[in-house]
Amino acid sequence: MTDITPNDARKASNNATTEAVKRSLARRNRKQLVLQGFGIGAIVIAFTVLFILVASLVRTGYTAFVQTHVTLDVYIDPAEISEEGLPRGGFRDVLTAAVLDNLPGADPEEDARGVRNILSNGAQFQLRDQIVEDPSLIGQTITLTVPLSDPFDQLNKGGVRRDTPEDQRRVDNQEMAWFDALDEAGIISTPFNIGLFTNADSRFPELAGLKGALVGSFWALLTCFLIAFPIGIGAAIYLEEFAPKNRLSDFIEVNINNLAAVPSVVFGLLALAVFIGWFGLPRSAPFVGGLTLALMTMPTIIIATRAALKAVPPSIREAALGVGASKHQVVFQHVLPLAMPGILTGTIIGLAQALGETAPLLLIGMNAFITSAPTSPFDAATALPTQIFIWADSPERGFTSRTSAAILVLLGFLVMMNGIAIYLRNKFERRW
Amino acid sequence: MNDMRLTERNMTDHKIKMQARGVDVFYGHDQAIKNVDVDIEDNTVTAFIGPSGCGKSTFLRCLNRMNDTIDVCRVTGDIRLDDEDIYDPQVDPVQLRAKVGMVFQKPNPFPKSIYDNVAYGPKIHGLATNKAELDEIVEKSLRRAAIWDEAKDRLDQPGTGLSGGQQQRLCIARAVATNPEVLLMDEPCSALDPIATAQVEELIDELRERFSVVIVTHSMQQAARVSQKTAFFHLGELVEYGETSQIFTNPQDTRTESYITGRIG
Ligand SMILES: Nc1ncnc2c1ncn2[C@@H]1O[C@H](COP(=O)(O)OP(=O)(O)O)[C@@H](O)[C@H]1O
Ligand SMILES: [Mg+2]
Repeated sequence: MTDITPNDARKASNNATTEAVKRSLARRNRKQLVLQGFGIGAIVIAFTVLFILVASLVRTGYTAFVQTHVTLDVYIDPAEISEEGLPRGGFRDVLTAAVLDNLPGADPEEDARGVRNILSNGAQFQLRDQIVEDPSLIGQTITLTVPLSDPFDQLNKGGVRRDTPEDQRRVDNQEMAWFDALDEAGIISTPFNIGLFTNADSRFPELAGLKGALVGSFWALLTCFLIAFPIGIGAAIYLEEFAPKNRLSDFIEVNINNLAAVPSVVFGLLALAVFIGWFGLPRSAPFVGGLTLALMTMPTIIIATRAALKAVPPSIREAALGVGASKHQVVFQHVLPLAMPGILTGTIIGLAQALGETAPLLLIGMNAFITSAPTSPFDAATALPTQIFIWADSPERGFTSRTSAAILVLLGFLVMMNGIAIYLRNKFERRW
Repeated sequence: MNDMRLTERNMTDHKIKMQARGVDVFYGHDQAIKNVDVDIEDNTVTAFIGPSGCGKSTFLRCLNRMNDTIDVCRVTGDIRLDDEDIYDPQVDPVQLRAKVGMVFQKPNPFPKSIYDNVAYGPKIHGLATNKAELDEIVEKSLRRAAIWDEAKDRLDQPGTGLSGGQQQRLCIARAVATNPEVLLMDEPCSALDPIATAQVEELIDELRERFSVVIVTHSMQQAARVSQKTAFFHLGELVEYGETSQIFTNPQDTRTESYITGRIG
């Protein structure tokens, strides 16, 4: 009789289990690998697309961060510019003369017109402002660095290619020779383009800057924050902590979630009808833009705040209630401070969305052509995304690179805001 | 109590601090507590024991109206503190909770400094008129909770940085800082290691001098060690209530006997 000892029996059943586990293990591991593969693939695709986007922006946009300038010794001819005549005077002619000084080959009479176009149209105003400020300069020779006009700026930065046939080139051979002469004289420089940030919009690409858009976006975001933040937090606290749970609060909750999903252009139409149509608020004003953005940001803030309040562990509420804190003390002294990092993170992300929002601002007219930065939230202005929209529509070569540059600036702000949000989250993240 | 020896041994002439009569508790339609009568004596540790889910915590939370904060929870019956109905509409639960302090299962210090943890209750109730008085209350409370020596040099550091046992004693200090009359503890040692447990148990015995202590525990040894009175709950009912020594040596009800001998639970 072949006895199967209990020990053998156990071994056999152990082996059976091991075999079964082995078989299913292979299948489970395969599934896990496939899943991992999909995950990694998705991340790779996302990063590639992002990389291509940023790389192409940098490729077209980086030239806008520098600007070709020429440094001239300008004789402020009293015959052209007199103290009594200020702020008028022959600033342009004086500058043209200074350029001609560096071009021995050019005829002061015949070529004056062509030579004049080398300089940006803004150069004369720069000179004028300097002399209006200090009229004693009249009669002296001063050293002045002024921007070149767009075609020459592009020629220097490679936007205008020298090997294209002359009739298709924006700079003819004669002009190219003049530029080269100036370059050889060592007075051409290509410094960082401060004007991109300190100038408002302009018809001339070499003078156009983002100041108006930056200030406009700032006012709009500030308005948006001041309105959406307190109202959003207030609504969230009430709904989460105080409101009775019934059909009405369910209905409100559903609607807030729906509101967050409403396309932004609808908010723009609403703002156009209500703020500008009924309330008679000024068109194109950052204040109105901010109100519109606040409508869109509020649901985001409410949802983020409620999530942050929910995430505060009940043990903290119990602790506070246990020592006799009243409901509002529990909320304002314990729950809200603990939820604050989450609330701020949500708010910043909401504001970052608002910063990039274009459609509603177009509808309320924040895409107007405005050549000075707004001094108050009620002045007409553009915002960063609408400025990009305007520039993207302009044909000049200089605006193409400026569009990319403006997008990079906008992306920079977005990355910065999201970075702050992540920093706040990590810094105040707690474990209970 | 017909057993004369036990009565003699404990000399239970403490006055009755809290009195519950015919208490029913419902969570929605489910009844968690059925017709419970209990007298909680002053200067006594009363232990609530019973299998998990039998309603010990629920009943404990009736005593300081913590159940009010749960929407679906409804309490009926009569609970008195010093002969005053605590569910009277005149009584503000906030005021009640200053008199009936609570320590929870999991140590839950506020994420604030040790000092602020203890000072919070006295501050919101206006128990101190100036900083010196507050300092005094904080020190006294930390001493009562037997954590003063460990905490005195780090009062400004977060309470959450203490060890589990220290945190629980900090929570006890926080609870006694408002000078309550009754101290409720819901399994205060279940998250602690044996050494911290022993420290807290010793502390509970000392607290009896000033407070009436009610402790929920799942450990019968603990109930036997720290309490003078024991209430055994089963499926929402109070099965047996009496002197701890009597409950553990001579239970009257078969369910109590089964539980303490380990047959139900
Ligand atoms: N917040 C609540 N909502 C609904 N039911 C609850 C709630 N808390 C406890 N209960 C129920 O009440 C009964 C008693 O629970 P509890 O008092 O926590 O028991 P114990 O503390 O004795 O373990 C359990 O059946 C539990 O499911
Ligand atoms: Mg419990």
